[in-house]
Amino acid sequence: MAGKNIMIVGVGGQGTLLTSRILGGLATAGGYDVKLSEVHGMAQRGGSVVTFVRYGKKVAEPIVEEGQADILIAFERLEALRYAHFLKKDGALIVNDWRIDPIPVVIGAAAYPEGIIETLKKAHKVYTVNATEESKKLGNPKVFNLIVLGIAAQHMDFTREEWYDVIADTVPPKTVEINRQAFDVGYQLA
Amino acid sequence: MSDKKKVIMLGNEAIARGAYEAGVKVSAAYPGTPSTEISEYLVQYKEDLYCEWSPNEKVATEVAIGASVAGVRAMSCMKHVGFNVAADPAYTVSYMGVRGGLVIVVADDPGLYSSQNEQDTRMVARAAQLPVLEPSDSAEAKEFMKLAFELSEKFDRPFVFRTTTRLAHSQGVVELGEREDVEDKPYEKDIRRTVMMPANAKMRHIEIEKRNLELAEAANTLPLNRVEMKSRSIGVITSGIPYQYVKEAMPDASVLKLGMVNPLPRKLIEDFAAKVEELYIIEELDPVIEEQVKSWGIKATGKEIFTVQGEYSANMIREAILGEKPDTAAPAQVPVRPPILCPGCPHRSVYYVVKKLNLHVAGDIGCYTLGAVAPLSAVDTTICMGSSISSLHGMEKAKGREYIKNWVAAIGDSTFLHTGVNSLMNMVYNQSAGTVLILDNSTTGMTGHQDHAATGKTLMGDPTYAIDIPALCRAIGVKNVTEVNAFDLETLEKVIREEAAKDEVSVIITKTPCVLLSKEKKPLYLVQEDQCKKCGMCMKPGCPAMTKRENGTVRIDDTMCTGCGLCKDLCRFGAIELVKEGDR
Repeated sequence: MAGKNIMIVGVGGQGTLLTSRILGGLATAGGYDVKLSEVHGMAQRGGSVVTFVRYGKKVAEPIVEEGQADILIAFERLEALRYAHFLKKDGALIVNDWRIDPIPVVIGAAAYPEGIIETLKKAHKVYTVNATEESKKLGNPKVFNLIVLGIAAQHMDFTREEWYDVIADTVPPKTVEINRQAFDVGYQLA
Repeated sequence: MSDKKKVIMLGNEAIARGAYEAGVKVSAAYPGTPSTEISEYLVQYKEDLYCEWSPNEKVATEVAIGASVAGVRAMSCMKHVGFNVAADPAYTVSYMGVRGGLVIVVADDPGLYSSQNEQDTRMVARAAQLPVLEPSDSAEAKEFMKLAFELSEKFDRPFVFRTTTRLAHSQGVVELGEREDVEDKPYEKDIRRTVMMPANAKMRHIEIEKRNLELAEAANTLPLNRVEMKSRSIGVITSGIPYQYVKEAMPDASVLKLGMVNPLPRKLIEDFAAKVEELYIIEELDPVIEEQVKSWGIKATGKEIFTVQGEYSANMIREAILGEKPDTAAPAQVPVRPPILCPGCPHRSVYYVVKKLNLHVAGDIGCYTLGAVAPLSAVDTTICMGSSISSLHGMEKAKGREYIKNWVAAIGDSTFLHTGVNSLMNMVYNQSAGTVLILDNSTTGMTGHQDHAATGKTLMGDPTYAIDIPALCRAIGVKNVTEVNAFDLETLEKVIREEAAKDEVSVIITKTPCVLLSKEKKPLYLVQEDQCKKCGMCMKPGCPAMTKRENGTVRIDDTMCTGCGLCKDLCRFGAIELVKEGDR
């Protein structure tokens, strides 16, 4: 089984840390060498955040560099565009089709780019979902990241049961069921 | 194959695990990114050890020194700038040596993810003549912690354990070990080692110079400094996280990996340098290894081709040494997304009022530093922990009582107790005037919600006395102490206006908990589009949950709104309505 370089990008507070825990747990359970790199502290307060996940036979550096990502998981459109150049040429880009305005846009100092998904599709294999809306239907907008992960799961070599197990090990016990449901929504979309 | 349990751990978690396995009995820390999680993970072993949040890094390090003098293994943890606060005890405990092993864990922040400067702890440690260990991943972080305590006791030296953000906040696979049963040493009175008055300190200085030479000699054969001999055409001396970048970029290069970065193993380095054709020294931040190696007459390349700023990467090394540029697309030109105050943050309304009153703000270190950015643009200065109050005092002495009525100081509750309280004493003692806002959100916010001396709870989870901040200010001698709810705009404006006009020291405590602390069901406000007059008033405080629709009306993101009601209070047309009740 080949290893993978994965990036999760989004806006601080969107739950990238939980997602990286799930991916880390999954790869560890699969017997891989794993390294992850996260952002804590100031940037988590609404800033652009990146999490790197690398697993394989032996992993040296804990980051993914430009042009090396097999999968880029973006929790927000603009962040997908910001980090798209980290993807390998045949890498998969999974985007939560959701917009959160950065402060320069809020105050009118910059414009939120138009047609992001179309731009990205010209150069990459793009999979989109409005996971935030889908998760509201499930009754908890916070589980949107599991929907996005469900799509990403189709580009990785783990079984649905392995995913279920690591979700149960990672999320708070009371939310296991809804997180699994959210994962299924994404898994079936893909 | 080992049957020991393998788990994935954050660097900081591995440091905590290493301390636990090393038999640490006492740990003290003040939160600071990227070091905070060490204590948060350590507390899970509270059956076997004691750990605490201290009010600052100096206190934390003195707690650890006391525990070491008493005969147990002890440590303190902090970020790089915290090491400056702890410098006073650190420089002198270097003379004293240790009884129980003593380790000061210091986390640097190359790239300034969450810091006010990019200083290199190895420089400070060298100045204090303290030996330094530096791991390269989580597995080493755990093992090196155990080694640090062993070496500390063996060589009678306190050790600095240096990490960086990338190490602290990366996860890697760690093999768990058992906790070492370290016996408490009996206390033995020996004032030549423990009373650092001139006559004793003079003798100890001679002694530690000797110990450091012994340690430098031993460093030549310690397994944590190791040579990985491959192709001789390129040799690299490196340590810490850059070691991983070197292995990634040049798997065939020979590498001398240093686990101990002070003192350096001179003989090992000279032997390695003699075996390779081109020698490179790759270290983030300052040329600490490089300058020493070059001072021995060894030819090497380092900062000529590498920066003293920010983080390195494998791509950077490939480009600088091999001349290989990665074949990647250019990054898209997109608007930046800097960190901002959260939706519902009580600091936002305070800054909104301060800005409305046209006051300058001497700021401090915490989430509220973010009040410096647009659209609030409220903060004028940010230096270091506690400096808001003392620099306000300096301005008053420079320009006088009338002038300082145009200023306020703004400091958080945790930062006030860290060092701000000293500055407030100074204001009263030296007959200053000026208004200090204590933005009391009942937690240490920026680092992720740690308790402190005024929250009523310890790191170990025990209930405790909560310092009464208003009473503390009064005891210091501040006559004007007022408490206000941060979201009560009318009262807040009235109080700040009145207090700022006084010729005395005033403290205004805006006591409203951090919005992220509350688990209660939050209310939700939405804009009635047909009522919105597009005046933009509600957007002034820069709440990230609010955006403009294409037609110019304002929209509130229902997944982000926490129902603080600030925008509703600012709307003169009643266009913002409560659509969901909450408990807030």
